[in-house]
Amino acid sequence: MSANLFHDGVDILHGQRRLWSFHGGVHPPQHKHESTNLPVIRAELPERLILPLHQHIGEPAEPIVQVGDKVLKGQMIGRAHEFLSAPVHASTSGTIVDIGEYAVPHPSGLNATCIVIEPDGEDRGLEHPRVGDYLQLAPSALRNLIREAGIVGLGGAGFPSYIKLNPGKLDGIDTLILNGIECEPYITCDDMLMREYPREIIAGLRVMQHALQARVCVLAIEDNKPEAFRALHDAALHEAGIEVILCPTIYPQGSEKQLIKVITGKEVPANGLAIHIGIVCHNVATALAVHHAVEHGRPLVSRYVTVTGAGVSQPRNLDVAFGTPVRDLIIQCGGDPAAVKRLIMGGPMMGYALHSHAVPVIKTTNCIIAATEADIVPPRPVMPCIRCGACADACPVMLLPQQLYWYAHTNDLDKVQEYNLFDCIECGCCSYVCPSNIPLVQYYRYAKGAIWTKEREHEQADIARQRHEFRLDRLAREKAEREARRRLKKASLAKNQDKTPHTEEAVDND
Amino acid sequence: MLAAVLSLGVLSVVFGLLLGFAAVRFKVEGDPLVDKIDAILPQTQCGQCGYPGCRPYATAIASGEADINQCPPGGEAGILALADLLGRDPKPLNPENGQVTEKMVAVIDEPRCIGCTLCIQACPVDAILGAAKQMHTVIEKECTGCDLCVAPCPVDCISMAPITQTIDSWRWPAPEKARMAGSYR
Repeated sequence: MSANLFHDGVDILHGQRRLWSFHGGVHPPQHKHESTNLPVIRAELPERLILPLHQHIGEPAEPIVQVGDKVLKGQMIGRAHEFLSAPVHASTSGTIVDIGEYAVPHPSGLNATCIVIEPDGEDRGLEHPRVGDYLQLAPSALRNLIREAGIVGLGGAGFPSYIKLNPGKLDGIDTLILNGIECEPYITCDDMLMREYPREIIAGLRVMQHALQARVCVLAIEDNKPEAFRALHDAALHEAGIEVILCPTIYPQGSEKQLIKVITGKEVPANGLAIHIGIVCHNVATALAVHHAVEHGRPLVSRYVTVTGAGVSQPRNLDVAFGTPVRDLIIQCGGDPAAVKRLIMGGPMMGYALHSHAVPVIKTTNCIIAATEADIVPPRPVMPCIRCGACADACPVMLLPQQLYWYAHTNDLDKVQEYNLFDCIECGCCSYVCPSNIPLVQYYRYAKGAIWTKEREHEQADIARQRHEFRLDRLAREKAEREARRRLKKASLAKNQDKTPHTEEAVDND
Repeated sequence: MLAAVLSLGVLSVVFGLLLGFAAVRFKVEGDPLVDKIDAILPQTQCGQCGYPGCRPYATAIASGEADINQCPPGGEAGILALADLLGRDPKPLNPENGQVTEKMVAVIDEPRCIGCTLCIQACPVDAILGAAKQMHTVIEKECTGCDLCVAPCPVDCISMAPITQTIDSWRWPAPEKARMAGSYR
């Protein structure tokens, strides 16, 4: 497959490893060039930074600062207590002005606990000790350092990276894949990052390789990013054991399991993890964050964010400090927040609509699409399923979207699980190709949520049953004990009564 | 004739012994049907069904004494599940037992609490913490929202509040109401 796809005289592809393909996938319009024309600049600091304590998968961090405290850039303000959690750091120097509930980027539009910092404008950083030679560090110490730097998967999921840098029971893994695919339309933040920091990304990849003891490293880039590919290819030219490869563009190639299939030909089993087949995937931006943490002792406090859509006159990528409200970014890119009809965080396929432009950029924010009337296709009427099967052809996980839709629609939660609902990656290919405009992914998300709710209710009912039974037992026991005490008292009373007047008789009787 | 009577007699004795042995050896403790019904009931332990808890109600259903439509917290889904299990026709909730309401949680207005322990004695799942003449509080996570602590309180400091939705408990709504990013291309 790869041989005839790369025939346009690019001889640097000579000798590239054989690529595989995954089932289905779609080719939505790219819309990437809009935001790659202008160079990346630092976003201005807003009046107030709003830092949610929950910017990752897992338990939220717990605040370790108080209102009125002065903090420095890179100072930890939220500590991670649980295993599956990540700390939060101040993204500039300033004063903590509030710890309270603010709107956060989430499809629900609900509030969550945030720490608000008023920047002092000096942007003074904390002096972090430098590691020196990371190769001298034990992999576990390295992982701890990465955890303390607050690094989570920057591709969009936000899974704490240090967990994925642990080879577990294995001595080392086979393949470490660095994901520079960025398959979703509009998003170009990884593209720009790869063009500007190729050496640093390779250095971060080396650190990850050391932590995982990986035998082979593969850095995968889609062929719609030739500049990024060239930059990384040159940077890795004299690096042994690192392959930089170009993959034909198809959505959702950036999804972990699909990318693993493309590169290695292996499939991650259902309910399994990539590491079970000796493979680990990380995002390129995560590799850069790891490099900064290890080389400069710099925790994760900012990232590249694509600001695009017809609602901004200068779509571009910005280097944004976490906590900066989306509104400020739109203004900086020449847009009017009030004129934006719809704000989407993430891409058009997997992103979600924001309820407010006051929400801050967090670790997992890769793209803001400010859409106006011109962008939005008026919602087309949903029509009945005609059983055409286009969704099944497009599904990259080889599920049966029709059947899933059918059972999710009728709330048959057992059946929908029999058709492997939980293998669905919610990529949106099925909805994209559906000629009847059925919002299929919405049904799957709903069904997953309904199943989780039901499971939670069952768990709670089981606990309530146990507590109730325990209470009944306790009451019965207490009653029996009271009864026993009463009997004992009565008996001893009777004995005493017997004893006192006729002591001799009692002795005789004995 | 005699052979037939004898052989049948012997067979009946053998099978009788076999059945008697099986009845002792494979005896099932408790009533499995009651367990199955109890697993469907929501374990609120509220007593709205007219029985002192979910298990007694399950026993009453199994014995045919109670109907399947007496549990308001279980709602329509609970009645359907019971009908499915018992092979009966589903029927609407008996209004005598109450209405289907959203799940609530008890909240003690702590400054007003006098520490009388009456609510602690009423709580079927030990979800209220406190001691005599000490302030009481509800362990929100364990509260089933059964309402039983409200009536005994002599100073009316307990109220039922709806459960606040958090980002963790939030779920995607069914598509008709959802805002779709997918319509944007």
